[in-house]
Amino acid sequence: MELFTQQVLAGIATGAIYACMALAVVMIYQAINHLNFAQGEMAMFSTFIAWQFLEWGLPYWLAFILTVIVSFVAGVAIERVVFKPIENAPVLSHVVIFIALYSVINSAAGFIWDFTVKSFPSPFGSSPLFGSSLISAHQGGMVAVTLALLLLLYMFFSYTRVGLAMRAAAANPASARLVGIRVSWMTALGWGMAAALGSIAGMLIAPVVFLEPNMMISILLYGFAGAVLGGLTSPGGAVLGGFAVGVIENLAGTYIPVVGSELKLPIALVVIVVVLVFKPAGLFGRVVVSRV
Amino acid sequence: MSKLLEVKDLRASYGAVRVLHGLAFSLDEGGVTTLLGANGAGKTTALRALCGMVKCSGEILFEGKNLVGRSTEDIARLGVAHVPEGRGTFTSMTVEENLHLGAISRSDKGNIQKDIDKMYDHFPRLRQRRTQQAGTLSGGEQQMLAIARALMLRPRLMLLDEPSFGLAPLVVKEMFEILSVLNREDKASMLIVEQNAALALGIADEAYLLETGSIVMSGPAKQIGADENVRRSYLGY
Repeated sequence: MELFTQQVLAGIATGAIYACMALAVVMIYQAINHLNFAQGEMAMFSTFIAWQFLEWGLPYWLAFILTVIVSFVAGVAIERVVFKPIENAPVLSHVVIFIALYSVINSAAGFIWDFTVKSFPSPFGSSPLFGSSLISAHQGGMVAVTLALLLLLYMFFSYTRVGLAMRAAAANPASARLVGIRVSWMTALGWGMAAALGSIAGMLIAPVVFLEPNMMISILLYGFAGAVLGGLTSPGGAVLGGFAVGVIENLAGTYIPVVGSELKLPIALVVIVVVLVFKPAGLFGRVVVSRV
Repeated sequence: MSKLLEVKDLRASYGAVRVLHGLAFSLDEGGVTTLLGANGAGKTTALRALCGMVKCSGEILFEGKNLVGRSTEDIARLGVAHVPEGRGTFTSMTVEENLHLGAISRSDKGNIQKDIDKMYDHFPRLRQRRTQQAGTLSGGEQQMLAIARALMLRPRLMLLDEPSFGLAPLVVKEMFEILSVLNREDKASMLIVEQNAALALGIADEAYLLETGSIVMSGPAKQIGADENVRRSYLGY
């Protein structure tokens, strides 16, 4: 039983990483109805920008805020420059661009900051939380920040006019234009917000996994798994899904002998496939009811 | 009465297929104009051209401003509310959210809740269903929601595309009664496209008959409705 509790706690700690990423995934999905494969790389690049600010001697929180702002602007710029010209192109064209962005950003980070592993500071410190050796102060802080972001997003989408307009623009662009919503700016705003969220995720993840251009590859996959499990239309579901994936991964690694630590990654893929087969909208995703 | 809308030489095509061959029609401030015609006559295209959803040439003067070449969202912000064919409601959102979306480009935020209450008075059924997803409403209720959503813009001009489409005769009758009340009491100017000519002529001041992209006849609605020949050859009743 002790082992079980330990593994669940450790799972929640890693799950916080996935939950953070899943939130960014859901954000972009709300805005453009696609998954953005370059999301992890965008977050990684933002984290490098934060690292650069810190290298220049800026205090942590100033670097943090500047990075979020820079990332937001960069997200909007990517939409304006890269995606606006192909807004009417088929989905596959978008997917190709996502993959292109992925490798461009990855290489650019390697080119600018090289591929050596760098350490990234945590704002919460790494001392054990409440004297428990299983979950550190940083991981506790991550859980708290993730939940706070979730609350902010929920309030933004439910109670603000811009949030409502963004949802409308994603759900039915033609009708959204007819009520006067500037749909393409809503999409750009979605990109900016997703990039900003991703930068926060990156800065929180980096102290755990260390900073290097490939840090996000497997994390994004877990993030996708968490988002799909919880439901791509539900930010809350995605966060819960992220935690669940962390716990499932840990328990499977511990109790299923063949899995071990080497086969943890396929667990994420198994989760995606099983959810898509049995509950395509995810556990908490909104099933759109319609009369036929 | 001054002209709210004046369309001159409106032409539009889908690729190589010309759909509108130079339409001219107008609408008085506070009036109701109807475009009648069979399937494929170009009625829907004419409305879509008015709100920038189809590329077109010619002149569309709305309160003196030319709408040709403007984006759909800018035209909406000028006060043109389009109730599209098939209604275009946000099916995954609640009735109340749909109404809020209708007013999303308005700057007088304080009056929006009051207007929503007014819509619920016009359409009591919507009040009962305010928290329901719009996609779960019946066809008639969805059409009413679409009209209510358009009214939430406080439009200067409403474009209605086949409001009777797919509705039971009783519901259609009820809806046209509401439209006529809105026109009389709220002075809403309307451009209605209809296949159900008898209904549309009952509410309209001016009528235009469309045949394969051209206007073949126009005049006061009463006169068009009374003309035996017109009725038999174009309106089919």
